Amino acid sequence: MREHSEDIKPPRALWVPYELGRPLGLPNDAEFQKRVSRACLGLLDADSGPVLEDYPEDIPADTGTVDFIGMSCPIDLPYPPSNDSELTRSLLQEIGQIAPWYDLAVSQRSRTTVGISGLHIIDAGRFLIDFIEDPSSPSPRPDVEVGPMLKYTCEDLKAFYSEAMSAQPGMSASLTVENWLWNETVLGKMLWRLREDHVNYPDACVGYLAQRALIPDRQIQFKGALVFETA
Amino acid sequence: MARLEDIPEGEREMLKRLPLPSFDTTPFVKGKPISQRRVSILSTAALQKRDDKVFSRGEASYQVIPGDTTPNDIIMSHGSVNFDRSGFQQDLNVCFPLERLHDLVGEGFIGSVADYHYTVAGGVEPERNEGSARQIAGLMQRECVDTVLLVPI
Repeated sequence: MREHSEDIKPPRALWVPYELGRPLGLPNDAEFQKRVSRACLGLLDADSGPVLEDYPEDIPADTGTVDFIGMSCPIDLPYPPSNDSELTRSLLQEIGQIAPWYDLAVSQRSRTTVGISGLHIIDAGRFLIDFIEDPSSPSPRPDVEVGPMLKYTCEDLKAFYSEAMSAQPGMSASLTVENWLWNETVLGKMLWRLREDHVNYPDACVGYLAQRALIPDRQIQFKGALVFETA
Repeated sequence: MARLEDIPEGEREMLKRLPLPSFDTTPFVKGKPISQRRVSILSTAALQKRDDKVFSRGEASYQVIPGDTTPNDIIMSHGSVNFDRSGFQQDLNVCFPLERLHDLVGEGFIGSVADYHYTVAGGVEPERNEGSARQIAGLMQRECVDTVLLVPI
């Protein structure tokens, strides 16, 4: 935050107009990233400080965020069913349908960010289902307690879906991917249910996950749900 | 850094009320020319090597990313869900610009890239990370780093 730098007064700081999570601005644009890097490191030339400069180059409009309205899903997925038992079965089916796009993303990027849980993605899906159906379900890893395991599992599932969707042409904008995941997928519906069922859960880790560490605030506000603030 | 007005209200209000450390002085050192600098990255994105220990919630610690780590071996265990991860998923350099630093060495803009880089989990009270910061500074000094590129997530 520019406001924080104004207060803290580090010796040199470059404010950039990019959303949180993308401090270099644009993924897969080395020239853009180099311009930002040169501007930042160029502050070393200043004779006195503290220095707080604004970087002027915004991201091109066609790679920016998009509205919530009119989103459609270019991956053919089953419509999220309202019956819970169908929902759980549908998650594994959905993962299977997304897998080719995920494989394509991994092939194109030669990397994946999935892996924090240490579980195969199908096993991650199964654990999420098991926990929703029976919160006393044990952690699939004896070395990790259920609460952290649930967080890692959710992060891996979200990353799997996000990597798959962002492999689609024209789907690099963050909000495009995010809107699809939270509003048009079985996984999104299951995570919403996990939140609603466990905001007051006695396990502090699971309760915190449901309140603050599962669904982005902007999705919660769009849905009109209650936003829990960090204590 | 980002625009405060672009952040959802709940997160924005939390950030506006965030207690910030205050300092009595504003130290500033003008060092050697940029083209002779040796640069290391310090990220707050809770990045880690795939097989390393996951950052737990509220953990004030740091992890080391050797410069020869492949992008596929770097994952993220930050607890917050209120920043974009899709950019990181598409290109590590959007939050950890190691390849860009090597590009700048090739251009002669900076002198060299450090052999080791570091990550912490942003969101931890800064005072709790003082010990990690001092250790990281010591490690950087040992390999003659004179410039730290601090990249907040």
